[in-house]
Amino acid sequence: MKKTLFTSAAAGAIVASGLASSAMADGHATDLTLCWAAWDPANSLIELSKDFEKQSGHTMNFEFVPWTSFADRMLNELNSGGQLCDLMIGDSQWIGGGAENGHYVKLNEFFDANGISMDDFLPATVTGYAEWPKNTPNYYALPAYADVVGWTYRKDWFERPELQKAFMEKHGRTLDVPASLEELRDIAAFFQGRDIDGTTVYGAAIYTERGSEGITMGVTNALYNYGFEYENPDKPYDLEGFVNSDGAVAGLELYKELYDTGTPPGSSNWYMGENIDAFRSGQVAMQMNFAFIWPGVEADENVGGGNSGYFPNPAGPTGQFAQLGGQGISVVAYSEKQDAALEYIQWFAQPEIQQRWWDLGGAPALRAVVEADDFAGSQPYAQAFLDSMAIVKDFWAEPAYADLLIAMQERMHNYVIAGEGTAKEALDGLVRDWTEVFEDEGKL
Amino acid sequence: MTLSPMETAAAKTPAPLAKRIRGLSDRTIAWIFVAPTIFLLLAVNIFPLIWTIRLSFTNFRVNRPNNDVEWVGLRNYQRILSDPDVWNTMQATAHFLIWTITLQVLIGFALAFLINKKFKGNDMWTTIIVFPMMLSPAVVGNFWTFLYQPQIGLFNYVIAFFTGADPASFSMIGDVHLAPWAIVIADTWMWTPFVMLICLAGLRSIPDSIYEAAECDRASKWRQFWTITIPMALPFLMLAVLFRGIENFKMFDLVVQLTGGGPGNTTTLTSIDLKREAFEKWRTGYSSAYAVILFVTVFGLASIYVKALNKVKER
Repeated sequence: MKKTLFTSAAAGAIVASGLASSAMADGHATDLTLCWAAWDPANSLIELSKDFEKQSGHTMNFEFVPWTSFADRMLNELNSGGQLCDLMIGDSQWIGGGAENGHYVKLNEFFDANGISMDDFLPATVTGYAEWPKNTPNYYALPAYADVVGWTYRKDWFERPELQKAFMEKHGRTLDVPASLEELRDIAAFFQGRDIDGTTVYGAAIYTERGSEGITMGVTNALYNYGFEYENPDKPYDLEGFVNSDGAVAGLELYKELYDTGTPPGSSNWYMGENIDAFRSGQVAMQMNFAFIWPGVEADENVGGGNSGYFPNPAGPTGQFAQLGGQGISVVAYSEKQDAALEYIQWFAQPEIQQRWWDLGGAPALRAVVEADDFAGSQPYAQAFLDSMAIVKDFWAEPAYADLLIAMQERMHNYVIAGEGTAKEALDGLVRDWTEVFEDEGKL
Repeated sequence: MTLSPMETAAAKTPAPLAKRIRGLSDRTIAWIFVAPTIFLLLAVNIFPLIWTIRLSFTNFRVNRPNNDVEWVGLRNYQRILSDPDVWNTMQATAHFLIWTITLQVLIGFALAFLINKKFKGNDMWTTIIVFPMMLSPAVVGNFWTFLYQPQIGLFNYVIAFFTGADPASFSMIGDVHLAPWAIVIADTWMWTPFVMLICLAGLRSIPDSIYEAAECDRASKWRQFWTITIPMALPFLMLAVLFRGIENFKMFDLVVQLTGGGPGNTTTLTSIDLKREAFEKWRTGYSSAYAVILFVTVFGLASIYVKALNKVKER
């Protein structure tokens, strides 16, 4: 490992000196703007990018937008051919639209010319963040931030003897990290309304948000593990019997049961921020959330420092999968500073920069970093992160992903939160909505 | 002799320019003054309206600049008017509109009637009452979400205090039956002061001499209220209804902040639905048709209402 790091560092130093000398010598110091969501990792990236500024002579500016309006704001920017962003860390679902509508620069030639190989990155992140069409070697982004939905739990509560005893009496098993989604549901129900240290606490904070992508990012973690498929693997866009299979119906029913029996009252429109708040304030025993929050949880004075534990999305009857999050970094086709933007990507892809990205709280997708021997023990959540990244599935990344997402948001929220109709009706409705979208797109 | 600033400026104007300005007719000068406004109006209002109408007959999608734009005739209008989801949002909007206006007019008029009486601290109470309407809708939406929070929300505790129910046993913004009322309550809290101010202007415009004459005729206070106060304040009340009606028909920010249109679609008002179609689904042609339908609806209703208002004023 040390040898690898030394070699990487040496290579990095050579690239860095090359970057610096070329920018300085040409006198092409440029103001670059990188657009991303406003969240904790973005602050880490600012810190990380100071190194690029020092090496290249370019100045980095950042345009960060809160998640709830990130897609609105940035897709407007791309659709209007705006030149605000030179670099875009866009959501994984944008890759299809970014490629087909000409928003992103294709990076194959650049990767080949600079020795950047997609084989060096986690396969799931390459497929999820960089490729379009999926599973073809056409790259429009470099995997930038690996993320996945996982679970955080109150380890200190789980270890309490009186709670262990009560749980054993009720369920006949130890109160521990759940091995299945059904066990997770039972644990959430066990904590629901329980008095802990004079405070009423609840089971789990799960994704229920209606306006952007929240409930879809949550409910898929149940659907995938019960047999939901986006389409017939042998016949693209064939949805009937895959989206609304019996297994998918059972998965959706489980998610609703979890919402009805194990979540805090009033959590009908919760996403990342609300779940973090509920967990940090001691309202809930568990929270569903993207792994990006784990460094923050670990550092929290109330729930961090060993009081919390982390685990991947538990299995269901047909397998164990988790919803992929995360993003790739792309060069915006409308930018007039594409050369400098490509320099940034070249710098960012270096192993020692990826290592530093992890040290600062980022989540690299470079295998040299995440598959290193000491990675799993480097943080209390590192193993859960690795295990989660190995089981990811992602939502559609079609150019029409927004239509597909909105339809799913409506159908899932109407059933899970508003209690309208049955799970079968919700999924049948989703098949109709998605079929209509694909017909409009000329794919059916 | 001392020259005025205007005369000084005139004296300093170069002769050729002064001659040219003197040569302009009143009509030309009027056009010069009005032209920028007309140009702005055309650029900002009229052109987008015409463009929207044109787009409403196409399948244009702004996020697919490379796709061919097809003329689809009335298909967008047909799809909208036959879509049950659109009618659900219309229903949600009608519920919101009817109840907010009813409550705001009743409470606003009652407050105006009380404030109109002379008592100590009158001005201070007026200031306190109008405070909510000075806040940003986003701020109001945000803190009402806290007030409605089942575990810590003041609203739930007040209800629990009077009913004995567990505060955490109900969620105003998470329950399909309560959420439509949650947005009505928040909007009423925010905008009743506006209706009160308009009603107050109406009440203060009624001359005391009319009440004095009624007193001479031995008319009871009840009779005075129904035959003098209400008829004379009616145009103001109707104006308040018009303003609030138009505002609430396009209500967006407060509701998005409070419920995000949920749970399910129970508080998805037409403006929220339109925004989703236009800027989330990017169905530009379809959403243009949607916008035209809403525009015609509001414009038509408002025109009828303004005619009625003018008739009341003429009485």
